[in-house]
Amino acid sequence: MKPNTSERARVVRDGVSLGTAVGLYGIAFGATATAAGLSVWQASVLSLVMFTGASQFALVGVLAAGGGPFAAVGSALLLGTRNTIYGVRLAELLAYRGWRRIAAAHWVIDETTAVTVRENRQELSRLAFASSGSALFLFWNLTTVAGALGAQSFGPVLQAALDSVVPAAFLALLWPRLVPGADLLREQRIVAVGGAVIALALTPVVAPGLQIIAAGLAVLLAIRGFSAQPDGASSQRDETPPLEDPHPLGDGSV
Amino acid sequence: MSPSTVWFVVIGASVGAYLLKLTGLSVPAGALKRPSIRRAVELIPAALLAALVAVHTLTDEGALVVDFRLAALAAAAIALALRAPFIVVLLVAGGVGALGYVVAG
Repeated sequence: MKPNTSERARVVRDGVSLGTAVGLYGIAFGATATAAGLSVWQASVLSLVMFTGASQFALVGVLAAGGGPFAAVGSALLLGTRNTIYGVRLAELLAYRGWRRIAAAHWVIDETTAVTVRENRQELSRLAFASSGSALFLFWNLTTVAGALGAQSFGPVLQAALDSVVPAAFLALLWPRLVPGADLLREQRIVAVGGAVIALALTPVVAPGLQIIAAGLAVLLAIRGFSAQPDGASSQRDETPPLEDPHPLGDGSV
Repeated sequence: MSPSTVWFVVIGASVGAYLLKLTGLSVPAGALKRPSIRRAVELIPAALLAALVAVHTLTDEGALVVDFRLAALAAAAIALALRAPFIVVLLVAGGVGALGYVVAG
C-alpha cells in the first residue's frame, strides 16, 4: 500500500520536530567543547564528522578532565559501538545500496533509529530517516557553532550552569535504559550502578578518562563471565525479546 | 595536550565513529546477532553513561567533591521521572546548578 499524503506529512513533521529539539542540545555541546579547550573549528569537525552526541560529549569530557588521547578516543568509540547495532536494524528497513548506504551511514544514531524503526513500510522508514537525519544534522551543527562562540563570553554563573547541564544530559541519555520497558532492565540497572561505582573509585588513582573506559571494560568482562554458557539460541530473530538471563550478574537488589 | 594532538584525537575518533556506523549498515543480517555480542552492545552504554554521570557530577580534578552539580542532577532526575522533554531537563539542571552556585558561593 502506498503511503498517503497525511501519513507522509506526519512522518516528516515528527522527524523534523525531533531533530530540532535535539539539535538545541548542540549549544551545550559547543559550549562544553570550547570550555574543554577545543577550538571552534575542532568542535565543529566533531559535530560534522563524528555526529553522535554521546561520543562527542564523552570525548570532550575526557579532554576537559585532562585525559590522554587513548582515553578520549577509546571512550568515544566504545559509546559509538551502539550505532553499529542500530545500523544492523536499519539496514533491513532502509535497504540502501552503494553510495546511498555510504551517505546514510553518517546519520545512523539514537534519534534517527528511534523514528525509523517505528515505520513498517520502506518508503515511510526512509522518509522518517531522511527528515530526522537532515533536521538533526543541520541544527546540531548550527547550534554547535553558536554554543562554541557563545561560551567564550561565559561568566562563572553561566559556567556553573553548563557544568550542571553536562551530567544531566548524560543522565537523560541513560534514563530510558533504567525505566520499566527497557530491554534487559535488571542487567542495565546493575551495570549502571557498577559503572558509576567503578568510575568514582578509580578517579583518584588513574589518569583522567581511563575510569570511564574501565567501567565499560568491566561490563565486557562480566558479560563474558556469565554468557559462557548456552549461546545456542543464536539464530533468534531480531525482534525476539532478550532472554531472561538464567545466571544474572548479581543479586539484583538495585 | 598540543593542538595537533587534539586534532589527531578529533579526526581519528570521528572517522572511527563513522566506520562503526557504516559497519552496521553493511554487515550481512545476522552477523551481530549472537546473544553475547548483542548483550554487550546493549549494556556497555549504560555502564559508560553512568560512569560519565558520576564523574561529571562528583569529581573535580581527580578528587571526589559534592557541590551544586549534585543538586542540579537531582533536579534533572525529577524532571526525567515526570517525563519532561529533553530540553526542559537540561534547562532545569542548568537553572538549579546556577542557583546552587550563587547560593553556595
